[in-house]
Amino acid sequence: MKKITARPYSLRDVPFHYCPGCMHGIAHRLVAEVIDELGVSGRTIGISSVGCSVFAKHYFNVDMIQAAHGRAPSIATGVKRVLPDRVLFTYQGDGDLAAIGIGDFIHTAYRGEKITTIFVNNTVYGMTGGQMAPTTLIGQVTKTTPFGRSVEINGNPIRACELIAPVEGVVYVERVSLHNPKEIIKAKKAIRKAFEMQLNGVGFSLVEALSACPTNLGLSPLEAIKWMEEKMIPFYPLGVYKSPAGVV
Amino acid sequence: MRRFLMKGNDAIGEGAILAGCRHFFGYPITPQSEVTHYLAKRLPEIGGLFMQAESELASINLVFGAACAGARVMTASSGPGISLMQEELSFLAGSELPCVLVNIMRGGPGLGNIGPSQADYFQATKGGGHGDYHIIVLAPNSVQEILDIMKKAFDLSDMYRMPAMVLADGIMGQMMEPVVIDEEKSVEIPPRPWATTGRDYHEDRNEINSLFVILEEMEEVNLRLLHKYEEICAKETLCEEYMLDDAEVALVAFGTVSRICRAVVDKAREQGIRAGLVRPITLWPFPYDVISRTAKSVQCFLAVEMNMGQMFEDIEIGAKGRAPVYHYGRLGGMVPLAKDILEELKKVSERGGTGQ
Ligand SMILES: Cc1ncc(C[n+]2csc(CCOP(=O)(O)OP(=O)(O)O)c2C)c(N)n1
Ligand code: SF4
Repeated sequence: MKKITARPYSLRDVPFHYCPGCMHGIAHRLVAEVIDELGVSGRTIGISSVGCSVFAKHYFNVDMIQAAHGRAPSIATGVKRVLPDRVLFTYQGDGDLAAIGIGDFIHTAYRGEKITTIFVNNTVYGMTGGQMAPTTLIGQVTKTTPFGRSVEINGNPIRACELIAPVEGVVYVERVSLHNPKEIIKAKKAIRKAFEMQLNGVGFSLVEALSACPTNLGLSPLEAIKWMEEKMIPFYPLGVYKSPAGVV
Repeated sequence: MRRFLMKGNDAIGEGAILAGCRHFFGYPITPQSEVTHYLAKRLPEIGGLFMQAESELASINLVFGAACAGARVMTASSGPGISLMQEELSFLAGSELPCVLVNIMRGGPGLGNIGPSQADYFQATKGGGHGDYHIIVLAPNSVQEILDIMKKAFDLSDMYRMPAMVLADGIMGQMMEPVVIDEEKSVEIPPRPWATTGRDYHEDRNEINSLFVILEEMEEVNLRLLHKYEEICAKETLCEEYMLDDAEVALVAFGTVSRICRAVVDKAREQGIRAGLVRPITLWPFPYDVISRTAKSVQCFLAVEMNMGQMFEDIEIGAKGRAPVYHYGRLGGMVPLAKDILEELKKVSERGGTGQ
């Protein structure tokens, strides 16, 4: 019998704690496959954030650091400045990257730090029980926006790719989605490109992966996918926002 | 051996270099800024890295990353900046990472002023960040001692895998004194098998972590830290004692103020008052033993500080009620004058052990 798929070497054989329908697991697998394919597991160091993906530190079969909430890009910078030949990635949620950590994120991008950020946008704070994130859609109901997010009270959602793509020092920005197999294949390509940019030593790369949090949306996994297609993707358009050819 | 006239803040930088530190991340703030100026120039000259961050929050997280990567690394700041670093100080302690912080204290709270102060004693020695942890705190009182204590801070921080802080005030940072640099000494930096340098560079995968969701596991970590802290208290406490043998009144002071107090002791002795001085060099671990021993022979203590009475509380703990502890402090960036301390010393020596 021919083995056509197996657990990537860079993912440890331990059970995930994620809810059914959560796409953090898919994102983990894609990152691990890319690390394997590029043959860099021995010199990769990952930084996990605070949020549902906090245990990423335990799941990746590479050296891992557990950062304080939002600080992963600064920590990754510290490591990279000491060990420039290593491969650094941060794995961050939308609360982590776009709220408390947006300063660290923007300055790291402006410095053109040669690291890769995997940004999982599920429009809520998952771990703390479904509060509003900077990425929460207008009208979206969360625990802290029980009447729906309003522009008057909460301001507008932050679009990280659009924000960071024009920045000098940023070399690759793509928004992908994890809601169906076709998009997942694209997502993997994007992650691979982002890592390659780092390996080529050109600068900062970001992949934003749209993801669902069925638990906090109060939807079944299938309904959550439909919600992503109907509500989320129109507001967060998929595609390449920057590549070495320039801002798209 | 080379002789120099050197400024305290420059000595912080040179002391770090002599200690083998090659990475500095920081953000300017008075009265500390010369540390950044000095290292911005010196570190690149010797193949090191100086990097100015966008904030103290970023500085200490860059330090965190560099420490994960196994570097001897430091940052320096002053009160308001150190406040911003408290989050990560807790994470550094929880993740058991070595690094050195310098706090050149200024007047506060709030933006305060840039006058010298000792008002961050509580923050340095009692936590500041969340959770159950300690950091090592060293308080030099001369430019030469600053040079030497930087090495001590890095060594202790490495040996016990925890942050160490050098705590001084604006006067220490700005003052110039002759120093001797002994360049013969070679630096041995212990290996760091736990560092996250990439798994090919060591056998197993390494994880740097301060998250322990299982309660029993967290308690185990806390207990391990506790035992480490107890070991440090037993082995690493440093304290200078001056004229204590027959003293009736013991002044207690650290840093800048301890120099003034030493002169006061001499003056008092000339006038027939048997005074002595306890100068804690490590503020954590605090020399409770010296205080406790001294409490048996003196009539009272006089804590002299540039704050409202912060180290005062540790002296009380050490004295265990055996001798009363009085406090004299100047605030807001003001420095106690020798004549005023002497005046106070006379007052308390008259009151003696009555505790009135
Ligand atoms: C300084 C600090 N503030 C708040 C928290 C509480 N907290 C934990 S996770 C989280 C939100 C994470 O949301 P996100 O980054 O979107 O990740 P998700 O859980 O959705 O994957 C918050 C606010 C914390 N741990 N630290
Ligand atoms: S709460 Fe949401 S983000 Fe967290 S694991 Fe569950 S589905 Fe995923």
